[in-house]
This record gives sequence, structure tokens and C-alpha cells, in this order.
Amino acid sequence: MDNEYLKTTGRIFDIQRFSVHDGPGIRTIVFLKGCALRCRWCCNPESQEFRIQNMVMNGKTKVVGRDVTVDEVMEEVLKDVPYYRRSGGGLTLSGGESLLQPDFAAALLRAAKENGLNTAIESTGFAPFENIQKLLPYLDLYLMDIKHTDSATHKAFTGQPNELIKANAKLIAENCGHLIIRTPVIPGFNDTPAEILNIARFALTLPGVSELHLLPYHRLGQDKYAGLGREYTLMGVEPPEPEKMERLKQAALSTGIYCQIGG
Amino acid sequence: MTKFNRADFPKSERITRLVEHLYAKMPEIEADRAELITESYRATENEPIITRRAKAFEHILKHIPIVIRPDELIVGSATMAPRGCQTFPEFSYEWLEAEFDTIEKRTADPFYISAETKARLKKANSYWKGKTTSELASAYMAPQARMAIEHNIFTPGNYFYNGVGHVTVCYGRILKEGFEGIILQAQEAIKKLNFGDADYATRKHFLDAVIISCQAAIDYAGRYAMLALDMARREKDEARKKELLTIAENCARVPAKGARTFHEACQSFWFVQMLLQMESSGHSISPGRFDQYMYPYFKADLDAGRITREYAQELMDCVWVKLNDLNKARDAASAEGFAGYSLFQNLIAGGQDENGLDATNDLSFMCIEASMHVALPQPSLSVRIWNGTPHDFMIKAAELTRTGIGLPAYYNDEVIIPALLSRGLTLQDARDYNIIGCVEPQKAGKTEGWHDAAFFNMCRPLELVFSNGMDEGKQISIRTGEVEDMKSFEEFYDAYKAQMNYMLSLLVNADNAIDQAHAERCPLPFLSGMIEDCIGRGKSVQEGGAVYNFTGPQGFGVANMADSLYAIKKLVFDEKKLTLAEYKEALKDNYGHSVDDKRARAITEEVAKALVQQGKTVDEEQVRKIYDMVCSSGVSPEKKARYDQLLQWIEDVPKFGNDLSEVDAFARDVAYTYTRPLETYKNPRGGQYQAGLYPVSANVPLGAQTGATPDGRLAHTPVADGVSPSAGKDVHGPTASANSVSRLDHYIASNGTLFNMKFHPSALAGRNGLENFTALIRAYFDQKGSHMQFNVVSRETLLDAQKNPEKYKSLVVRVAGYSALFTTLSRSLQDDIIRRTEQQGF
Repeated sequence: MDNEYLKTTGRIFDIQRFSVHDGPGIRTIVFLKGCALRCRWCCNPESQEFRIQNMVMNGKTKVVGRDVTVDEVMEEVLKDVPYYRRSGGGLTLSGGESLLQPDFAAALLRAAKENGLNTAIESTGFAPFENIQKLLPYLDLYLMDIKHTDSATHKAFTGQPNELIKANAKLIAENCGHLIIRTPVIPGFNDTPAEILNIARFALTLPGVSELHLLPYHRLGQDKYAGLGREYTLMGVEPPEPEKMERLKQAALSTGIYCQIGG
Repeated sequence: MTKFNRADFPKSERITRLVEHLYAKMPEIEADRAELITESYRATENEPIITRRAKAFEHILKHIPIVIRPDELIVGSATMAPRGCQTFPEFSYEWLEAEFDTIEKRTADPFYISAETKARLKKANSYWKGKTTSELASAYMAPQARMAIEHNIFTPGNYFYNGVGHVTVCYGRILKEGFEGIILQAQEAIKKLNFGDADYATRKHFLDAVIISCQAAIDYAGRYAMLALDMARREKDEARKKELLTIAENCARVPAKGARTFHEACQSFWFVQMLLQMESSGHSISPGRFDQYMYPYFKADLDAGRITREYAQELMDCVWVKLNDLNKARDAASAEGFAGYSLFQNLIAGGQDENGLDATNDLSFMCIEASMHVALPQPSLSVRIWNGTPHDFMIKAAELTRTGIGLPAYYNDEVIIPALLSRGLTLQDARDYNIIGCVEPQKAGKTEGWHDAAFFNMCRPLELVFSNGMDEGKQISIRTGEVEDMKSFEEFYDAYKAQMNYMLSLLVNADNAIDQAHAERCPLPFLSGMIEDCIGRGKSVQEGGAVYNFTGPQGFGVANMADSLYAIKKLVFDEKKLTLAEYKEALKDNYGHSVDDKRARAITEEVAKALVQQGKTVDEEQVRKIYDMVCSSGVSPEKKARYDQLLQWIEDVPKFGNDLSEVDAFARDVAYTYTRPLETYKNPRGGQYQAGLYPVSANVPLGAQTGATPDGRLAHTPVADGVSPSAGKDVHGPTASANSVSRLDHYIASNGTLFNMKFHPSALAGRNGLENFTALIRAYFDQKGSHMQFNVVSRETLLDAQKNPEKYKSLVVRVAGYSALFTTLSRSLQDDIIRRTEQQGF
């Protein structure tokens, strides 16, 4: 058997075990480094640049990013096989954006499938579709962000327009077994019933899509910005109240889509 | 559709009122039992001990005041005051007299005691000088064992001061035949005796004692029947009058005869449970498989249309409340170790039947529902899980976990059944196991397991390696050589094993001495009538009458010792970063960290003595200077810097609890230094020793008696709890932690292992939360872990409860093998619970 793909190398910055909000069951998330977007609320700002960098946390300097082979990652991922078996869980790729390292991401997903694991990615969908196509044969679930339906607003808050994302969403829906749309709810950006309604309506135009997850904004990544010597531009923004999230959920539900708060 | 009726019934208002009544006041100590047993003992001076025990039991039950509390449907109280306790001078009494003036004010488990009670107890206690089990046990112990206890290597205090308890009787048989069945069996056995039998005298007196005790229980229930009738006559409220008449009828019937209804079965169960407590002061008298032996009565009533499910639930809830009415005062040190007024009455639901089929039934679900309704620490609810356990049942159990009361504990049939088989139980008996106390498995009605025989601190023998067997200036153990001369890790590890082996032999010596004292001074005829094969063998449980006999002392500090020995191996022998001599000095100096006042005074005294020996005069001013220096850590800045460097090195050495196979395999081996030697010892009842690996809550007080350890743990701080990794050292989440723990040998620790995990409440939110939570347990059990338990309260909640205890009077948390009210725990134990790694991630 050709196991060359296990030697594919890529750049990651974290592996997180026992994750239960990013796909079914108990999962391990592998965070790949590098992203084309610069979302202001990003809770993993150390994920955005591809280069290996230093981050100061609690007074200690930490090197963020390391180059690893698929084999090395899988050794860690497979430690929780008993938990995946019992929960229907498996591997989720997150980032950063896995699509910027398509060969590495595809090889990781393939290795997971060879071991009988459920696979998922969390992704912006912002990449040439050829990159996405490399992953699809090994992918059970695509968790894709639609952050805003208006391209100019999208660009203002994420650094990129949304046309490519929307086009890819359609192609992914047509070619991937299971696509779920996720929306980070960010105060002052997309936290209105009108915009959530737009997103829900867009999601329903995608063939086979029936699920929308609203992820409330949180500030857990705030301190990392200072650690990287960067400014946090959402300073002082409060997470949305549960009542507000519920109203937004109701707006989405009115379109007939299934909607939940949280992953 | 599901094969179980798992409808959730609302909690009845009666239960709310019963709980309020029970917790209205601080628990109180009463003197009646102590007076009555003393009266009886004075009148039976020249009779055989077994007869004296039976007559004393009879005398107590005939005269002790009885009460039916408002709203009760299940009656029988050991004390007039709710949650009160009687005393048991035949085991020990001096500690209580010494604590007369402090017991009300102490932080762990305070009790109110009136001036009148003190006077009455003092008078009764005066009889017992030289007559207690603890005094005889002391006399039997080797001086070396007594010294090891004085130096806190281990503590057998539990059975030294108290009755043994830790047993499950044949409840099912009493429900079916009543005590008349036991009396009949004893009478038949008497008929078979021949006057010429060598053991006629002891057998005959034992069997007579069983009969006297059972009859006493029947008559005691009769007193309740009369009281209920009398109260019914005076009752104005028609509904309550009817209830009282039913109570009267029940108590006239059971436990004399077999139960005819579910209500009678509940009442019969309760008399057995409460009277076992009245006979001896032991804790962990465990109801066991309540859902199994109660089911026929529930089913029959339901089929006949005599009962609704709602009412059956209410009756069970009443039993649950009553289990919290029993109480026990312990000495201050033990109260720290068993904090939370806990009686560890372990009640278990689910699992396999004796033929290996799933035994989960509707009552299994209702047991969980009852714990949701009463939200109290008792019973210590457990569930048995095996590969065939219905998923519904696991989800129901997880729903209870989610309420945050620390119940239930989860047990793995797939490990425990083979573990019991390896200890000589039959397959049928092993499959029918239940849990005693915290985590100890055994077969009900056949076992005297002595499950909680001692706490053994695995850290202390390591200190003895460094000191070559010395402690506080005395040679208390064998000499294993100066560490400065040790050339290899193997040599060092062998020295540790040698210290362990010697101390284990002393532990056995102490336990066997206490065991013998119980057999001679406190055989228990009432209990023995309900344990096979006491009647057949014609002797009490304490003298070896049970079918299965064990002694199970607990080791704790596995994680500390694994991390310590691994750090020594790596830093001293592999990487050669420092010498054992340097390590020894660092431990002595507590890594340059300041010491507490008591330790500081001891060091000051030592230094002063040394100066005097050198011929110097030491005045008060100098003593104060030395003391100040000791308090401000007493080491030079250069040394402090070196110690900080050492602590950093230690920090960087991989730790147990992070799913690293090399470290975990090492931990497994370290645990064997405790579990393997123990197996080779025998007790006076002809049974084997078997190890447990759990600390109850003793890891905090006993940690306070332990110096700094090579894993970087500072002196006098808690040691690791159960088989859990050291607090805060497992940093890769719950699955990594569970994988590591599963790599210990849980089969050989057949007296139980205890794995604590703490979750944030959000961890179990929604159906998905429950599903993932149960998957976590299943996967740990797939890897042959034995036990798991959870605290689901947020850190913020606990911190707030420390600040505002009055707001959290009913906050129940999992302490160790049991749950307790958080605000009743001592501050240090509260801190320890908060410190336990909080697994986030959900």
C-alpha cells in the first residue's frame, strides 16, 4: 500500500483533544496555520499568518507554529480512538484555513478515513475550488462560515470580499455529502434579524443545506492580540445577550431552516 | 420504543417538608444508647461476650426513646433529634470526652452536645476504661506498628475507634422471610447440635444471641406500631390519621414477617438499615442492589393495582430522606478524613444479574429520580455499567450528574467482575456484586470485607528512603542506605520498595490487631444473622463466620510517587542535572519555600538544640531570630535560585495524566509497589488482603503531614486524590487524563480505585452534552478503568460558596467516594476541590 501521503508535511499551531462543538461526537481538532482573512473578532489571531511567530502569554514567550508530517499528527489524533468509537466522533481540521495547505489537509483527512474516523473541516471557503476539491473525497462534514451577505461589509470586517465564498458554497453543497452553514454573531457587524435572515435565505439556496449554527461572539482570544503586539479593534464589545441570540435564531427559523445556537 | 417506563414524576411536597425538617438544626449527640448499653453490660459481667452483645442490643431497643417525625411514611429513628447520633463507648470514648468543648465549633462536621448529655455520657463512659476494642487493639499491636502510626505512615484509625460497618446484608431475604425466618434457621441449627460437640458452647451461645437480637428488632418495630396507633388516635387530620394507621399496620407486620406490599418492603428495609447502625458504630453499611431486591414488591403492587408509580416514587423518596437521618460523630482527625457527615450508605442500580443478563428495571430509573428529588448526600448512589447496559439508563444517570450533586458514581462490571473472580468469588456471586462505602466491590450477604482498613500514605516511605529510615530524629523504619551512596535508579527504587514492604508489614500488623480486638470484644450477633454462613459455622462475622473474608487498606499518592520517582530517574540518573544529595537538601528545605508555623517552630527548636550542643548559649532574642529566618524560608538567595531552577526542571519532566505511555507504564509499576506485596498477607478471619487505591478525603489532612516530594509538591500540601493525576498536572483534557489512569492495573486493586473528574456545568448541556459525556465514560471503561465520578459545578460557584456559605447550604459536591454538603467541609478540603483540574472544552 502506498503510504507516501503520510509523509506530507504541513504547518500547524495546535492540536486540541476532547472538542465537542465542531462536528459530531468527541473530536480532536488540528489547527492549521495561515489564513487569507483577517476577521477582527478572530479568537485565534496567531493562526492568521503562515510564518512561525512568537506570542507572549502570561509573561512567557511561546513559539506559535510547527512543521509536522501527517504521520506525526495522526499519532496524536489516534490516541482518542476509543472516544471516537463510542461517540461517533473523529478529526476536525480548523485554523487558520486548511484550504491554504490543501495537500497536507487532504492527506490528514485521508489518513483519518483510513482509520475509520469521522472527518470534518471548519473553513472560510476562501480558496480556489481546486483546493477544496482535493479534500472532498475524504470529508464527511463541511462546516462553512457565511459571515455576511453584503460583500463590502464583509470586506470591511474580514479583509476580503465574499463573492468567491458564496460561489464556493454552492459548489461545495453540490459536491460534499454534508454542509452546515455557521455564522459568528458579531455585534455591530451582523447581529441584526435582517442580516441573519439574509444569511438563512442564502443558505437555503444551497442544494441539500438545511442547518444553520449561530455562534455568539466571545472575547477569549482578546489577550492574544497584545501577545502578538497587535491591536484588538473590538475592545469593549460585549458578547450578545442570550435573549438577543434567541431573537436571531427565531428570525432564521422563520425561513424554515433548522437553526441552533452554538456548534 | 424503550422497554422501561422512565416517566419523571414531580417531587411531592411531603419530600420538601421532610428535608426542611431534617436540616433545620445542627445535628446533636444523644446519650441514651451509651447509658443503656452500660446498664446492660453491668448486669451481664460474667456471661459470654456474644450473649452480652445480644442482651445489650435487646436492652437498648427496648428502652431507647422512639419518635415518628412529622409527615413520615417510613418510620424509625435512632435519635430524637433529626440527624442526631448516639455514641458507642464499647469501641472508644476518650476522644469524645476530650472534644466535649470543641466538637460544636470545629470546622469539619460539628455536633451540638448539651451540658446534660455531657454529664450523662461522662457517667456512662466511666464504666468503659480498659474495656474498649481500641484499648485491646493497642495492646495487640507491635510497638513498631504503633510507632509507624504515630509517625503518620498510615492510619488505621477508622476501625481502631469505631465499629467496622462496611457491609451489605441479605436485605432480600429479610423482605421475604422476615426476622422470623432467621430465628427459625437459628433454631434449626440449635436442634442439630450435640451436647458432646467440641464447639457446642460457642455455637449454642452464638445462635441464642442471633435469636435474641432478631426478636429485639421485631419488638422494636412493635413499639413503633403502638406509637403510630396512639398518634393516629389523637390525630385531627383525616389524611394523616390514615397514614399513621398504615404505618402501625406495617410495623406490626415487618420486619417480623415477609413484606406483602411495596410500602411494607420499604419499611422492612429501613428497620434493617437503621438497626445495623444501632448495633455498631460502623459506617458504609450499604443498601446495595435496592432496585433488585425491591422490584418484586413494586411489580406485584403495580400489577394488582395497589399502587401508583407516583406513590411508589414518593415512598422511595421517603427512604432516601431517612438515609440522611442517620448520623455519626467521629474524632476531629477522622472527621477531616471523612468530611461531610457522610455515612457512605452506597446504593447501586443497574448492572447484570447473577446469570449475566442485564438487570436494569424501572426501579433502577426511580432510584436516580429519587436522588434528583431529595438532592441530599445519602444514599451514595452508584450505577453499574456493562457493555449491555441500556443507553437510556446511562442517559438518565448522566442527567443526575448534570444536576451537580456529584452523584451517581459509575462502576465498570467488565473490570470488577473478573477482579472479584480472581479473589475467589464464584461467577454468580461476582456478577451480583454491589459497592460498599466509597468504591469497594463485594458480594452482599456473604462478605466481611474490612474494606476501609487503613489509609496508607505512599509518599512517606519515599521520605524514609531519603532519611535512611529516620523520622523526627528516630529510627522508625529499616535502614536502606544513605541516598548519597546510591549509584543507580534501580538501587534507589529498590530502597523505596524495601521501605514500602516493611511499612506494609506493620500496616498488616496493626489491622490484624484491631481485627482480633473486634472479634473478642465486639462480635455482632444481629449483623451476623444476616451474613451467610455465620449460622452454619456457628460464629459471628467478626470471628470469620462470613463466606468471603478480606482486609482492604487504601494506598494513596500514586500520582505523586509516579511523578517523583520518574523525576528522580530523569533528572538524577538519566540527565545527571543534580545529585540525590542535592535533591535531599532541596526536599528538606521545601524547595526554599516558607514553612508553616508548626514546622517553623520544630526547625527552630532543632537549630537551637544543635547550637547548645556546640556549647553555645542561646537566649530568647536569638531564638526569635532563628525563628524569623526559618519563616522567611531560611535559605540564601543563591540557594533559592537553585531551587527555582530545580522546580523548573521538575516542571518540564513529563507527568502522569497526560497520555504518555512511558510515564503511564511507570505509574502502573509504582502502584504495584503497594498492591502486590499486600496480596501476600492474611487476616485473622482466614481471608486475604486486597489493595484499594483511593483516599476518601484523607489526601488533604494526611498531605498536611507529608514533607516536600520530588515531584515538586511542597510540604504539607494535599497529595493526589485516588488514582487521579496530581491536581493541575494533567493538561491535555479529560480523554488524555482518562487514558493515563486506565493504564494503571485496576484489576489488582480489587478493593476499588477512584477516579475523580470535575466538569463545568456547560459540559453536559443539551442532549449532545449527555451523549458525549456517556461516551467518555464508555470509552474509559472500554480501556478497563474501574470507576469514575464527577463534580459538575463551576469554580465561580464554589468560590462564591466559600464567601457566602449561607447562600449555599444545600450545595452538594462529590468529595471522594461520596458526596457532601460543600459548606460543611473544612476550608482546606474546599480549596482542594476547587483546585482539581476543571475540564473545560464542552
